This record gives sequence, structure tokens and C-alpha cells, in this order.
Amino acid sequence: MTYTFLQQYWWFIVSLLGALLVFLLFVQGANSCMRSLGWTEEGKRLVINSTGRKWEFTFTTLVTFGGAFFASFPLFYSTSFGGAYWLWMIILFTFVLQAVSYEFQNKIGNFLGPRTFQFFLTLNGIMGPLLLGGAVATFFEGSNFLIEKNNMIDPESLVNGQWSSVVISSWANASHGLDALLNPWVLVFGFAVVFLARTLGILYVINNVNDEDIRSRGSVRLLGAAVPFLVLFVAYLVRLILKDGYAVDPVTGVIVMEPMKYLNNLLTMWPVLLVLLVGVVLVLFGIGKTLVSKTYYSGIWPAGIGTVLTVLALLLTAGWNNTAYYPSTADLQSSLTLANSCSSEFTLRTMFYVSFLVPFVLAYIVYCWYKIDAKKIDKAEIQNDDHAY
Amino acid sequence: MQNILLNIDAGTIDWSRAQFALTAIYHWLFVPLTLGLALIMGIMETCYYRTKKRFWKDTAKFWQKLFGINFAMGVATGIILEFEFGTNWSNYSWFVGDIFGAPLAVEGILAFFMESTFVAVMFFGWNKVSRGFHLASTWLTGLGATISAWWILVANAWMQYPVGCEFNPDTMRNEMVSFFDVALSPFAVDKFCHTVISSWIIGAVFTVAVSCWYLMKRREQKLAVESIKIGAVVGLIAALGAAATGHKSAQSVGEVQPMKLAAMEALYHGGTDQGLTAVAWVNPCEQPDFLNESEAPLKIEIPYALSFMATNDIHGYVPGINDILNGYTRPDGTQEPSVDEKIERGKQAIATLAEYRKAKKEGADEATLATQLSLLKDNMKYFGYGYIKDKSEVVPNIPINFWAFRIMVGLGCLFILYFAIMLLLVFDIPFLSVLTRRLLATVGLLTETEADSSNITGLPNWHYWVPIVLLPLAYIASESGWLVAEFGRQPWTIQDMLPTWVAVSDLQSSSVIITFFLFLILFTTMLAVEINILLKQIKKGPQS
Repeated sequence: MTYTFLQQYWWFIVSLLGALLVFLLFVQGANSCMRSLGWTEEGKRLVINSTGRKWEFTFTTLVTFGGAFFASFPLFYSTSFGGAYWLWMIILFTFVLQAVSYEFQNKIGNFLGPRTFQFFLTLNGIMGPLLLGGAVATFFEGSNFLIEKNNMIDPESLVNGQWSSVVISSWANASHGLDALLNPWVLVFGFAVVFLARTLGILYVINNVNDEDIRSRGSVRLLGAAVPFLVLFVAYLVRLILKDGYAVDPVTGVIVMEPMKYLNNLLTMWPVLLVLLVGVVLVLFGIGKTLVSKTYYSGIWPAGIGTVLTVLALLLTAGWNNTAYYPSTADLQSSLTLANSCSSEFTLRTMFYVSFLVPFVLAYIVYCWYKIDAKKIDKAEIQNDDHAY
Repeated sequence: MQNILLNIDAGTIDWSRAQFALTAIYHWLFVPLTLGLALIMGIMETCYYRTKKRFWKDTAKFWQKLFGINFAMGVATGIILEFEFGTNWSNYSWFVGDIFGAPLAVEGILAFFMESTFVAVMFFGWNKVSRGFHLASTWLTGLGATISAWWILVANAWMQYPVGCEFNPDTMRNEMVSFFDVALSPFAVDKFCHTVISSWIIGAVFTVAVSCWYLMKRREQKLAVESIKIGAVVGLIAALGAAATGHKSAQSVGEVQPMKLAAMEALYHGGTDQGLTAVAWVNPCEQPDFLNESEAPLKIEIPYALSFMATNDIHGYVPGINDILNGYTRPDGTQEPSVDEKIERGKQAIATLAEYRKAKKEGADEATLATQLSLLKDNMKYFGYGYIKDKSEVVPNIPINFWAFRIMVGLGCLFILYFAIMLLLVFDIPFLSVLTRRLLATVGLLTETEADSSNITGLPNWHYWVPIVLLPLAYIASESGWLVAEFGRQPWTIQDMLPTWVAVSDLQSSSVIITFFLFLILFTTMLAVEINILLKQIKKGPQS
């Protein structure tokens, strides 16, 4: 087990967590269209209670994604979170709002009123996927940061007490991450994730809620979410395979621009390309069959698995095959690669063994999910459940 | 002497500290209740599982409902804490991320998923899974929260006592060399035991306080009495356990963070046979003149108690602040260097590191690099001191440490007394219960009629007000413990390795000020909503 293998392995684990996170954004997607999907107060409650039983998975996956990134690629954690401060803070802010919204909204004593918390859920449902999608897009589009490890021991900074100068990673402009939203391609990808989340959310609700009105409305809304998603996704995919990418020399660590780098990556790593294609087909199948069949409610599964495969393939394309996964637009050589940003071999190896627990964790999640969802949510259950949201 | 409030820097560093403190303090309002109630509702559901009585099911569900309202806020504030390591402490995240990131990742994989999966079964699975599976889910929710506490306290303990790592000059960071030294550090074990057990006190006080409110209102009396019984047992065990683990924690602090212990005690000059300060006048708003004063004014001490607390020996040596600043001889005869010497050696470490990196970049020969590495290794222990300009910077805030420690210990003793009395009142323990009632009657806290009865319902209302008043005090005690732990570590983010001002992110203070106030408004509003919902839910009762 070489150091390079461990780096690649941990990029796979982080990518898998990222892919699962994008799939689990169906919670946000469904919340973003709860009004049109639920229509009545009772309908909205059904949608909220449906996503309310899964929101913690999304939240936990986001936290674990962050923790795994910290453990395996601490320089990314240091650079992206410390640099793109506002981008991450807004993401966190909306997720905090979401976390309390389920439990609080319909409780007596909620002096802010249920609509406030429903607004928070909708806000998180749009801003969460948009900004997380935008953050993922920066893996291909680049970010405006500089890294200089010697800053920490710069004699001038130490003598003058200029403590901001001792920071290793710095953002090259004052916007601290919001500049990413000025890049139209970041927005294209961000909105693709918004509509993907909405598509998955509708498919999830159709599967999870036993209510004919919601299911029939869902089929109609599905088209309205899936079409913009597909347009935006295909546009970005075409852009991605044609654009120059950030290649790294594995021996010297020097980073250079390479024409059509990501297309080269997909062709070189053909199994990843296969995963991408299978993923896209599954997403299309899940959407298409739900649209044409009035009795097919399981579209979330092929579309969800397809989403995981597609996002996994994209993230692997961003980091594997000697690619700088977090490119710097301010200084090419500051770009982060798996080799220059990862943890030590000892830590990666230790965490490699820890990662063996993941299948066990997934097994009990699947089992509990199955038990809770064995009976679909309906109006009677909401009325009789004293813990219903 | 310097005024503490006037000494706060309006720059990024202190605002980042304030933001982290704000988030941590709010987070800690919710976590101990989660840990404490998890245990209590687990016991209640076990009673239901064993007896199959509807009463226990309703009781367990009632406390689980209150648990759920509190749980959401703990989750919400927790996510901010994790990401703030990156957003506000960028240098820190690289400098020690190789070690610090691992416990956070393990926490996510092992604890958070367990919590989030089984809490959903606990809330929504009553009619969907078997009684046994549901009971297991309730306990696993609590276990997940406790495992989460373990890993985050491992991470925190490592910041107080960095072990299992080595500095790598090529990567400019500390790297883990022993996972087990980090994960099973004795400091982490002490911290975990003390923190989690003391959290059970809050769960117990909360349970008894809510139950006493019902007794005051003469309603839900069976639920209240049975809940008080469980709360009193858990509370007394926890309060005694917190005292025992607190003693062990203090010893750990004495060994690895002597400056923190000296600040907690306002001990300016140490020595052998040291007494524990019971009372002294330490101005809460001013850092005392520890260089020139011999001791804090109006000091009344418990003889030998500090030496015993810190070393398990009543004659043990405890260094004071000036001893640590000027250097001292340890009981084993070895010499602890002065802070000035540490600063010099720290500066030499930084300079050598800079030379080494420059030489390596320029392709210097192996012998030159080896010499520089050897010099660096000799001084690396004091690396963090190289960023210190004056020795007074390594003295933490004495008033906060001094008073927070006393509040925590004082209230801890009060809880032992309260739960012991409560236990003897609700359980009919031969001789002891009668003796307690007689004693309370003698001092006028019970009437003769009340003392003759073993029934705790129908007592005058002031009896029921006591735990309600104790509830905020339990939170104050718990937060005070964290104030000691974190203020006592200052100026270090990682003890002796990295001061706060080198750990920060490159941010404008205005950005941090805005997010600070955003979070302050958000958390305060949500806390107000939560308290209001909890109060209404309690008023509504289990028959909802």
C-alpha cells in the first residue's frame, strides 16, 4: 500500500461522500418546492414530514464530508474554508436554519410561526444546493487563492507582529469566495445541482408519500425540474470536456494547463467514463419512467444511484490522473493536488483502516431506512403520530 | 494591572476567538441536556420494555419529546463548530490538521450516523419496529451522542496536551505518529469522563425540575414522582462521579498545564504543602499584579488541599505563576526553563526552520541539512514560544479562571448535597431517609407532619422551586468548566505549540464581526424559540 495509493483511495472516499451528499440533497430539493408539491397545508405537512425523516442523513453526510476532507486533505480544508469564508458561511447559515426548522415549526410555543420555518426550509432548499454545487464547480473552474508555507516563519512578519502575514493560505481578493458566483459556469453548475436536487426531491416524495394528489402533482412538477437540470448539466458537461484543465507533473509537482484535460482524464480512466455514462443513463431512466408511467413510484432509486455514480465520476475526474483538484486562478503553482495537500502516510493509512467501518455504517442505515419506510407516509399517519412535524 | 475589557483587541484574532467561544458556549447549552436526557429516557424505556406498562411508554415518550426539541439545536450549533476550524483557524487546520482531522472524521463516521439513524427510529418507529428494536434505538441514540463526545474531547484534549505527533519541517506541519496515543491519551480519558458524567447532572436536574413543576401544579404526579426517583439516582451518581473525575482532571492539568492550574488558583508563588484557596478577592475585571503581589488579598485556604488535588500528596510541589515564568526545579530535580529562555529557544527553532527550508530549496548538502535538523529538534519543544513577544503573554486570564473554577466546584458540591437529600426523600431507605427528614424538620425545612410522611407530593411550593432554581445554576457550572478549560489554555490554541495569533485565517475583522453578530442573533432567537416551545410542551404535559 503506497502513499500514492492512499492518496487516491482517500480521494475516492471523499468523492463518494460528496456524491452521496448530492444524492441526499433530495431533502433540500423537495423542500424547495414544498408549496407547489403539497399545495394545501396538509399536503405541505406530508412533504415536510417525508423529508423530515431523512434530513439528518444529509446533514450528517455534510459534516462527515467536511471531517473526511479535514482528515485526508487538510490543506484544502485550511485553504478553501479559511479563504472562501463567505461562501461556506452562507452554506452553513442555511443549514443551521434548516436543522431547527423541522422540530420547531408546528410546535406550540413557536412564536415565529410555522411559515417562518417553512421559509427557512425553502431558503436552504435553494441556497444549499446552489452554493454546494458552486463549490464543487470550483474544482474545475479554479479559485482565487495563494499558498505560501514559509509565511509562518517569515522573519519580517514575526518582528513586526503582522499576524495576518503569517497565514499560509490567503484569498487573493476581498470577496472571500463570493467571487466564484461571478463565474457564469459556476452558476450553471450550481443551478444544475439546484434542479437536480429538486428532481430527486420530487421523485423521493412520489415514492415516500402515499397520496394521489401529491403524486399526480409531482409527475407534472418533475418535468419542470428535470428539463432545466438536463439542459444545464449537458451544457456544463460539454464545457468540461472541452475546457483546458490543470495537470500536475507527478515527479516535479509542477502544474501546467493542459488542453481538454478532463476529456483526457475520462478517456484515460475509461472505467470512470463508464461509471459516468451508467450514472447518466440511470438518472434519465428514473426520470423518464416516472414521467411516462402513472404507476411507477420508484424513480428515486435509479435516479439516486445514477446521481451518486455521476457525481462520483466527476469528482474522480477532478482529482485522479495527475490533476490539480483545487486549482488556483491567482497562482497556478498554489493549486492543490492530491500529493501536495494530503495528510501524512501514517494518518492516511490509519484512516484507511477506519474506513472499513463505512460498510457496516451503511448497512444499519439501509436497514433502519427500510424499516421506517416500509409503510409509506399518509395523512392518517401524520394525524396520529404525536411526533409528526 | 490591566483592565481585561480594555485589553481586548478589535482585530481578526479576538473576533475569531469570540465567534468560536460564542458557538461553543451555545453548543454546550444543548449537548449536556442531550447526553443527560439520553440516559434518563433510556432507563425509562427500559422500564417499559421490562414491565410492558403503558405508563412507562408514555413517560419515556414525554421525555423523548423534550429531548427532540433540544436535540435539533445541538445539531445546528455543532456543524458550525466543526467548520469554524477551517473558516477562522486556517493556519491551525494545516499546522495540526494531520492529527486533528482524524478524530473529527471518525466522529462523523462512527457517532453522527449512529445518532442520526437511530434518533429517527426513536421518534418515528414506535409503531414500525419491535419494542426491543426501539429500545435499542433509544440507547444507540444516546450512545452515538456519547461516542461523538468521546472523539471531540479527544480532539480538544490533544490541543491541551499534544501527544503522538512529530513536526515535519518539509511539510511545515505536525504529523501523527501514534493514533492510539492521540485516541487514548490519559488527558482525553479524564476529560471525557468528567465532561460526560457532569452532563448527566444537567439531565438529572432538568428531569427533577420539570417533575417538581408538575408536583407544584398538583398534576402528572405519578410521572413526576417516578421521574424524580430516576433523576435523583442519576444525579447523585453523576455529581459524585463528577467530583471524582474532576479531581483526576485537576491532577492532569497540574502535570501538563501548570500555568492553567496556577491561574485557576491565583497562585502567584508556589511551593510544597500548598493550600487550596477557598475564598480570596480577585477583581473580576482586572488581571492582578501577580509579579509584585505575594498572593491574592483576603485569601482563606484549605491547608494542603491544593498539593493533594494536584499531586495526590499533601506535601506535593505546585508551581505558581512566577515560578513558571522564571523557571523552577521540579521535585525530581530536573529544571523547568524560564519563559524567557523558552522564547529564545522558540525563536531559534523558527529561525533554524527557515534556514533549513531555504537550504533545502537551494540544494544544500546532506550534512548541512542534518545539522540544521538536529538544532531544530533540540528547540522544537518550544517552537510556539518563538511567537511570544513578552513572557506576560503566556499568563492566561486569572480572574476568569479563578472564579469559573470556584463556581464550578461550589455548584458541584451543592448538587451532591441536593441529590443526596432528594434521593433520601423519594426512596424509603431504612434509617437514612428517616434521619434526613428529621434533620430537615430540625432546621425548619420540613414540618413535623411532612417529616413523618414518605410522600413527596403535597409539600409546600418552595420545595419544588429549588430544582427549578438549580437548573440555570447547573448550566452555569457546566459552562464554567469549559471557561476554565479554554481560558486556562490561553494564549495557546495548542499548548506550547501554536498561539492563537498564528493560528488564524487571513480575514478582515469586519467579515468576522458580521458573522459573529449574525450567529449571535440567530442562536439567541432560536434559543428563545426553543425555551418557549419547551415550556409550552411541559405545560401541555405527556397527554398531548
